Amino acid sequence: MSNDMINGNGKRSYKLMIVDDSNLMRRRIERSQQFEELELVGTAADGVQALELFKRTDPDVVTMDITMPHMDGIECIARLVEMKPAIRILVVSALADKATAVEAMERGANGFLNKPFTDRQLNEAIAELIR
Amino acid sequence: MLYEQELKTFVEGTTNFFEVAAQQPASIGSPYLMEGSPSVHEYTGVIKISGKREGVVYFTAPKAMLTVLLMKMQENDFSHETMRDLVGEVANTISGNARRDFGRDFVISVPSVLSGEKPEIPQKPGQRSFIIPINWRSHSAKLVVSLT
Repeated sequence: MSNDMINGNGKRSYKLMIVDDSNLMRRRIERSQQFEELELVGTAADGVQALELFKRTDPDVVTMDITMPHMDGIECIARLVEMKPAIRILVVSALADKATAVEAMERGANGFLNKPFTDRQLNEAIAELIR
Repeated sequence: MLYEQELKTFVEGTTNFFEVAAQQPASIGSPYLMEGSPSVHEYTGVIKISGKREGVVYFTAPKAMLTVLLMKMQENDFSHETMRDLVGEVANTISGNARRDFGRDFVISVPSVLSGEKPEIPQKPGQRSFIIPINWRSHSAKLVVSLT
């Protein structure tokens, strides 16, 4: 994590990137997350866009869907972690089988949240990631 | 061919979606089997299934229901694109959740979305479908499961 990023309230701040092929879901995550420490630096609709956005914005925290066109979340996770081992990734996916969750974690994800989720569940998952 | 327990997976997935995402449960009618595909509503989110099973799962709903669903999700964008996004996301969520029981070899595609009159559902001729009627706040929709 970027230890030297402090926001106006003296709290550590983290740059957030949201990756999901659904615009609705990207808006939902952006709207529902309740952390002052998170500064949204961009959103991406697939793994390819996510990697491009990563290079421009260097996010600390990522929410990542799995089933996406062009490059899925599993491959994207592996590439992000390779470029920035300290990155924190929360998978947010409809895929509810354990094998997928295990694979995501083995590739470097730090948490897994199944869709559909409540605002509370999302925020609890993010809290686990950044605190 | 869909077994009773497998049908239950989709019924429960549908129920769960509305309870959690829409914060209001839907009531599910009696599922029934038919040859081919049923009529669809204004928007249809289609997921192609491959791997251990093959076929399609799709969620079809009228614009009116999707509008209210978006409102319940705190959305204020009711554009055609957002309707398409939502119906695809519903189909994706229910299909993805089915992997809890079907396993990771139940491979789901990214959603494709059909809208307008008489869209063509990508389904094999002669393939039978299970129709799961969904009733939510006086609106009706369907989840259709057609698998080998």
